[in-house]
Formats: sequence, C-alpha cells, structure tokens
Amino acid sequence: MLKALFAMLDAAEGPVLETYPEHIDAADTEPLVCSLPPRMDDSLHPAVDEAQALRNAYDRALEKRGNRIGAAREISADDVPAAVAAFVRITEGVDWKEAEIPGNPMRVAQDIRGYYQTAATELAEHTPAAWAGEDWFYEQTETGRLMLAARTALKAAGAPQPLWFYLSPGDRPA
Amino acid sequence: MADIDIKRMVADLPCPEFDEPAFAPTKPLHQARVAVVTSAALHHPEDNPFDAQDTSFRVLDPNRRDVQLGHWSPNFDRSGFAEDINVVWPIDRLTELAEQGVIGSVANVHLAFAGNQDETMTSIRLDSGPAAAQILKDDEVDVVLLTPV
Repeated sequence: MLKALFAMLDAAEGPVLETYPEHIDAADTEPLVCSLPPRMDDSLHPAVDEAQALRNAYDRALEKRGNRIGAAREISADDVPAAVAAFVRITEGVDWKEAEIPGNPMRVAQDIRGYYQTAATELAEHTPAAWAGEDWFYEQTETGRLMLAARTALKAAGAPQPLWFYLSPGDRPA
Repeated sequence: MADIDIKRMVADLPCPEFDEPAFAPTKPLHQARVAVVTSAALHHPEDNPFDAQDTSFRVLDPNRRDVQLGHWSPNFDRSGFAEDINVVWPIDRLTELAEQGVIGSVANVHLAFAGNQDETMTSIRLDSGPAAAQILKDDEVDVVLLTPV
C-alpha cells in the first residue's frame, strides 16, 4: 500500500486522485475464536462473573502490547465488574440515573468493550479478521449481549438519544 | 460497519471545492523525509487524551511504540491496531523503507488528530492545522502520509 501511495508522487501535475479496488468487507470474514472462562461465582450475574474472570487475560495483554485499544480511560479495570453490574440494573428496569453507572455512560461502555477486546488479544488463537472482535464482543460474550440489552432498555425507557445510541456501534439495532 | 458500507454511505455527500487545489511536487522519493499524519487520535500514554470535538493534535515519537487509539466513538474496530500499530501508524514499514533506501528518511515527528470533526473543520484549517504544518516544516519533512481512521 505504501509503495502504491508513493507512486502517486511521480505525477507531473495534479492533484492526483486514485481509487483502488481493495476494500474491507465485514461479510464472510473468519469469526474470532476466543475461549471465554467458565462460571466462577454463580452468585453473580453471568456478565459480572465473566468480566471478573477476564481480568488476568486483560493484565497479560497490557503487559505484552500496552493499552493500544485505549481501555480504562473513564474507569479503571478494577471498576469494570461494577460498571457491568450497573448496566445489569438498567436491564432490570432501574432508571439510568439511579443505576450507579460510574461515569459518562458512553465512555464507560467504551471502556467495558475495550477491556474485553484487550483481553481477547491475549485469549484469541489467531489475529482477528476485520470487525470480528466487535462481533465476538456483542454476539458471543455475556457482557456484550448485556450492553445491547441495556441500550434497548434505555431507548424504551425514553432516555436521551445520545445516551443510549452511543453505547454500541450505530449499526447495531436498539 | 465495514469500510465498503461507509464508502457507500458517504459517496453522495457534498465535499468542499477549492478554487486552487494544492499540488506541490517534491524532491525524489529516495531523498525525501516522510512523516505520518493520522486522524486516529493516537497519543502516548502520558499525553492529554482526546476529547469530543477535539481540534488539537498530539506529536508522536517515532522511537516509541506505546501509543493508544484515543477515539471515543464506538464505531471503530480496534482489534487490528491492537495486534499491529502499523495498520494505522506504519512507522516500522517506513523505517524499513528508509533502511532500503526507498525513502530518504523517517521524520522525527509524526502527528495525530481526531477524525471526528465538524464539517467545516474551521479550527483545524485556521489554527491547529497550520501549527501542525509548521512542526513538520521545522523537521524538514517533504512528504506526509495521511492515514484516515
């Protein structure tokens, strides 16, 4: 790609606009194979239990690659299980103002997803295909499904649109 | 949402038209100094994080690899960047090209903006953009690669 771009510098006049046929398509890509931990504490909601169980993988990933995804910006990794529990309460009908979300809901949601996807870099057995990490979080994990359910619940409860819409990618149904 | 879908969405959006679009021939590539400017909101851990509608930029040190993707939008797939920062900031590839003599040298400064801007981009066009360009000129950069993320 870099060589193709540098080749544009050979033009004698311009500006030069080129369109290349390559594109990244989310369809028919290889799913992310990423084993999730078994239940460790049956007294907890499955999403909270799952989030707690991923902590070691998250820490190992940080050690190896650093915080490239930018998780733990609004809340720390220590706070992730409690943040997940807040979104559990929303799915149970608690008003979002009373659910004790530990920060800006959109940013907390982003940190939860970043925590999971950082852990996934340590657990996955291969480099994820385009968008496979997102699909894995929202379709394969307890917390990902919970976040979509919380988004739907917030919308149904009449929460402000920016508050629920940005909890997940915009093309996910609410 | 894959880039093919996004391209379809934005294909018919109006774009600004400039009366005199810039075209600046540069020195031969094997003599040129190359920098990357990305809109991926990258920053080093100790830098101020990007905020919503942030029109400022961060300077990336080409000798470091500890960078974070600072976008707040949920509409980014971050997995590829987590595996290899070169998909956004191709600093290792540029270093290799410099060692091979394909490019003259790699700049000492690389810049990151946040790509989620208002449609006028007034602050960047009139303020932080020229300031960023001056930093690149001070480092005698000849060619800039923009990686739009």
